[in-house]
Order: sequence, then C-alpha cells, then structure tokens
Amino acid sequence: MPLLGADMDRGKILEWRKQVGDPIARGEIVALVDTDKAEIEVESFTPGVLEAILVGVGETVPVGTPIARIAGAEARGAPAPAPTPAPAPTPAALPPKPAVAPKPVSPLPPSPPRIAGERVRASPLARRVAAERGVDLTRVRGTGTDGTITRDDVERAAVPAAPTPATSPAPVRDRAAAMRSAIASAMERANREIPHYYIETRVDLARAQRWLAEQNAMRPIAERILPAALFVKALALAAREVPELNGFWRDGGFVPADGVHVGLIVSLRHGGLLAPALRDASDKTLAELMADLRDVVARARAGKLRSSEVAGATISLTNLGDQGAERVYGVIMPPQVALVGFGRVLDQPVAVDGLVGVHPCVDVTLAGDHRASDGHRGGRFLAALARRLQAPEQL
Amino acid sequence: MTAAQLRAIVFEVLSEIAPEVEPGVLRGDQPLRDQVDLDSMDFLNLLVGVHQRTGVEIPEADYPKLATLDQLIAYLAQRS
Repeated sequence: MPLLGADMDRGKILEWRKQVGDPIARGEIVALVDTDKAEIEVESFTPGVLEAILVGVGETVPVGTPIARIAGAEARGAPAPAPTPAPAPTPAALPPKPAVAPKPVSPLPPSPPRIAGERVRASPLARRVAAERGVDLTRVRGTGTDGTITRDDVERAAVPAAPTPATSPAPVRDRAAAMRSAIASAMERANREIPHYYIETRVDLARAQRWLAEQNAMRPIAERILPAALFVKALALAAREVPELNGFWRDGGFVPADGVHVGLIVSLRHGGLLAPALRDASDKTLAELMADLRDVVARARAGKLRSSEVAGATISLTNLGDQGAERVYGVIMPPQVALVGFGRVLDQPVAVDGLVGVHPCVDVTLAGDHRASDGHRGGRFLAALARRLQAPEQL
Repeated sequence: MTAAQLRAIVFEVLSEIAPEVEPGVLRGDQPLRDQVDLDSMDFLNLLVGVHQRTGVEIPEADYPKLATLDQLIAYLAQRS
C-alpha cells in the first residue's frame, strides 16, 4: 500500500484494474485505492506481469503492506507496486520511516513489508486457525512478542472487511470527517516536528499582468493562462536556484530532490484539501503548466488523482486567489521543507523611479523548515521568485 | 437564443462547477462571486463552458463586465 500523501496511514482497495497474469507497463494504473481523503489511481513503479493480488477489493491495510506482486525481468518476486522504492526520486511514496518524533504518528504503525518467502512468525494455534479460516498469514500484523502472530490477530484478520460495496462511495459527511482527521494528523506532525520560520516579500505584478493580458488576448478562451501558472513557474525556477528549499527532511538530514514537483494545495468544495503535484514544473512552458493546472484541479475536485501526483511533491504552493486573504503563513507538508503562499492580488502604492504609483501587487510568504535552511537562503529564494515575475516573457 | 435558454445554459455549466448551488436562491443583480464560492479557475471554467455551448467569444478584457448573472446573460444575448 503506497503512501499517497503525508497524512495517510492506511488505504482500502476499491478496485483492481488488472488481473493476475496481465502484463503491466511502468506507470500503468493497476488499482484504485481509497485513502480517506480521496480515491487515488495507483500506478505501477515497475514493468512486469501481475503475479499475485495480495489484498482483495474492500480490504483496508496499513501503508507499507504489499498489495500485489509483479514479476519483472529483473525484479522477479519483488513486492510491488507499493513498498518498492521507486527508481525515480519519489521519497514520499516510501513507507513511513520510524519517526524522529517522540511518539508514533499513528497508534498502529504499519509493520515492515514482508518479502515473499520470508518466514512468518506465528504461534502453532494461530497457524491452525488461519488454515481453518483461510487467512493469509503474510497479511496479518502480529502483536505478540517480536511481532509473532497470535490467535487473536488471526481472528481479527478473519473478520470480513467493511461490507460497503466498492461501487458506492462513502457518504460526503464521512468523507469530510475522514479528510479532516487526515489533515489534522499531518498538521499536528508538521507543527510538532518542523521548526518553521516565516519571511515575506511584496511583488509588483504590473509587468506580469500586462504581459499576460497581451498573451491572453491572442489565445482562445480555453487556452488562456491564469496568474497561478506564472506563480508556479516562477516558484519552480526559484527552487532550482535555491535547492535547499526543494526536497525532504528525512532521518535527521536534508535530502534534495532531483526535479521540482510543485504540490498545489487545492481546496475542495465540501471542505478539506488535496495537494497534487505538478511534476517537473521548472521544465514546462506556461501553456503546459496551465493545462496541467486545469487538469489536476478538476481531477482533485472530482476525487480522481493518480498515485504519482499525490505523493511526489517536493515543495508546496498555496494560492489564496483573487478573493482570498492578503497573505498566508502556511504550515509545511512533511516531509517537505518549504511552503510558499501567494495572497490576493491588490492595488498598492509603489515607488517607481522616485514617483509613487499604484500597481497590482501580491504578498508572497515563505514558510521554511529551519532544520533544512536559514532565513538568509529563504530570502534569496523569495528574491529569485520576485525577479522571475518581473520578466514574465522568460517564464 | 432567448434569454431563458441562455439562462438555462449558464445554470447548467454553473451546476457542473458548483453542484451545491441552488439556482432559485441566486440573485441576478448581485455579483455572482459574492454568492457562490468560485475561484479564478472556476470562473474561467464557467466562461469556457458557456463559450462551448453558445459559441460566443468572450475576450478577457470583458471579464469585468460579467460580474453578475444578469450582465452575463445580457452579454451573451447580444452576441448569440
């Protein structure tokens, strides 16, 4: 069961899109998983043939539990797609590490994934009961000494999963409550573990808005670009210049990310948030980013995201939009180390060449993880971002 | 297209973007975005949907003239 967002500790299989024996290409969707927050399409990290399905439809398992086995040319028998570290740097997709936090984030941290063929520790009675009731011991979490599986563990595992048919989505109320609790645990962890620092700068958007209006006048309506796309691109380029803000804090150290995948914080109509990643944002054109933005926001709101999108962000952006508050001091999404907030665009008095004029401006804040960077580097990052927005034609 | 037809189209697109909206309670003479929680992406999608169903071109420079439902429907009626 892959980790699909920092705030997930278990997932339920809603649907298998592939059957045993089916060939699978890398990146192909193999299953649909309910994470409490959303239904996510899980993509395979590796090509191969689906050899076994280990978790059935309707079953809920902790993050890190193998859900299927994919036999590939090189990695025969490797548990996949869930716990296999991706070849690409998507560290958020790994099972959670033993926390640096003083106490575990969830009361039942997932057991380490078992490798196929590894001996399962279980009492003889537990084995007999398991055989009688058809329980697969490799999927049972042991609570006895050294993780030994006891009869009670087997009994618990044998209880059929929630009888909700996979096709009927959870009522909105339940979904909203589950999302609230998932956000709560991620934000508790963030404020407990991350020493935040905050800095901000005001960016004059007069040039950027003028340029955008000229561009949009030439574009058909469906291809027009919103200021948000400029913000994403400027942020991504600035993150490339100041790499200590782009990556993860893991096991007491900073791990820089290879690409810049901007986690876009999307608010949902019935409450709650999702943070899908706009992948390789620094390498895309504004038109490509705008198309990605529209696509990903629409799918986030429809609850149709893919695993590579919900897990891969390396830095986050929250944009309060043209009706929101003037500025935001955000909470970093662990294990990331920075969150950039864009407030509402407002006309402000600005001194230009010794004269005061009125220009559209946006206040941009940086919430930085003080373990990974200092305010000085954070300031360099904001300066780079502001500079990029002064040259919109180069974005 | 008649104003009634245009109104139906606008509500159809709006309900795809904001399913919680009840058309009966919206005031046509008040700014739409004061009554419905629409961000700039939602507003763009509303205009894209209306354009696709009516064929009316809506330049970005005209967006400020389309703040209320009455203004939007009148704008479309003049051009469709």
